[in-house]
Amino acid sequence: MSDPGRVEDVLRRLAPRVLVALVRHYRDFETAEDAVQEALLAAATQWPARGVPDNPEGWLVRVASRRMIDQLRGELAGRQREERILAQSPQGETHMPGADDQPDDTDDTVVLLLLCCHPSLTPSSQVALTLRAVGGLTTAEIARAFLTPEATMAQRISRARKRIREAGAAFRMPPEPERLERLRVVLHVLYLIFNEGYTATSGPSLHRAELAGEAIRLTRIVHRALPGDGEVAGLLALMLLTDARRPARARPDGSLVPLAEQDRRLWNQESLQEGLALITRTLSQARVGPYQLQAAIAAVHGEATRAEDTDWPQIVNLYRLLEATAPNPMVTLGHAVAVAMVDGPEAGLRLLEPLTGDKQLSGHHRLPAVRAQLLEMAGDADAALGAYHLAARLTTSLPEQHYLRSRAARLAKKAREGPAAT
Amino acid sequence: MKYLLLIYSNPENWEHPMFLRNPEFLAMPAAEREALTGQSDALHQEITESGELLVAAALADPLTSRTVRVRDGVPVTTDGPYAEIKEQLAGYLVVDCESAERAVEIASRIPDARFGGVHVQPIMDMSGQEM
Repeated sequence: MSDPGRVEDVLRRLAPRVLVALVRHYRDFETAEDAVQEALLAAATQWPARGVPDNPEGWLVRVASRRMIDQLRGELAGRQREERILAQSPQGETHMPGADDQPDDTDDTVVLLLLCCHPSLTPSSQVALTLRAVGGLTTAEIARAFLTPEATMAQRISRARKRIREAGAAFRMPPEPERLERLRVVLHVLYLIFNEGYTATSGPSLHRAELAGEAIRLTRIVHRALPGDGEVAGLLALMLLTDARRPARARPDGSLVPLAEQDRRLWNQESLQEGLALITRTLSQARVGPYQLQAAIAAVHGEATRAEDTDWPQIVNLYRLLEATAPNPMVTLGHAVAVAMVDGPEAGLRLLEPLTGDKQLSGHHRLPAVRAQLLEMAGDADAALGAYHLAARLTTSLPEQHYLRSRAARLAKKAREGPAAT
Repeated sequence: MKYLLLIYSNPENWEHPMFLRNPEFLAMPAAEREALTGQSDALHQEITESGELLVAAALADPLTSRTVRVRDGVPVTTDGPYAEIKEQLAGYLVVDCESAERAVEIASRIPDARFGGVHVQPIMDMSGQEM
């Protein structure tokens, strides 16, 4: 008997290595990915009862190869081609990579990530394929995390594999400058996975929270392979610093607690310290980029024991740099809040003015939500209430809607009780 | 983001697919009718293969429907459609798309959008950003 949790860990760690072994051998990512998934499922059913084999990786490669050959046999009509495939099949464990034989193991995982995050795929397909092929999650687990029927998720994954084949993408490290561009896509996909997990509140979506841990695990692998890349380190630091706040960001009923009101004693110190150390080291060594700057902002928040100790002028400086390197209306919103904390709400509101006609933000709840907060700070209760209610109507998130309506209710109560109460 | 697409139709005789029985459709030249039927099949295949379609269903004649209202603790059931309106809810889809624009595009390619209408509404989710 083996502990099912241990079996799962072993499988998740080995999944990308087994897939790499098969893709290298058969040069067919589409079929290999499917075969590895079947081998993982077979192991997940058999190992807990029979125990983990002495060479788990060899076992998985063997089972996956067998499935792969079955699959290819079924697909290939020509006898000649079938013989060629059979002649290619691994002869036994001598062909298999050994468990300790992992010189460029992490590099292989990065190449696999680059393939799964191929630019020809939609972000949701990149996310699904990455979680399955590199993360070793089952289709059922991914479907559950995204509240999607399993058949739909399976369809999305098989479509993504097909697209990769059609795009003629090969299993190799792309040359510069393509490599760098493709790596940015990988980082964005890892960030999306993290956010899916981080933004999940309690209750029915709790299993989604595991996605945050999975994103951190995968980003660690990329960081190990590319320790000199400041943006990879920056993203890992950003995830760690953000994830540290997870125990404090929602109440047990799932309602959101804003950063300023979080019980900071609940923050995960281990993640916080690791993130702080990583971003401090990175900023002194690498060329600065958007993930590093976002991590630096999270670090300033992380260093404040109380909300009122926050070094807002420092955050304003970081937002200025961020707007200079990666201008984006969402960044402007954060910048406006920071400026309001330093120079007063009117200064923040002035920064929001140019965003009114912004196409990306039109119909988005974030702009009225920030405006509401700043108008409340400025003491304009009527306008703030209007903005809170507009933001509440525009959001498609139940916890955000609840939060915005409760802010409005609190403000209305304060306004009714008169200036003496404020 | 997930969207609910509600298909409203105004058929003389309730039979799916609704648009095939629409008088305007029947008055169209054969080639145009064929194109519209093909468009429907192609759309269904496209959103199934892309993994965007989560669920789709055709609804029974509103004649078979009931509306329940509880007043003062007493449930009152009325037979038939929810309201005396010409366009009735005939079917629905739930799609998971990258953008609202994509959801609207899918809706616009449902043939019933041409004769009745397709209402697109986002589905709330449980995820939330702290502010």
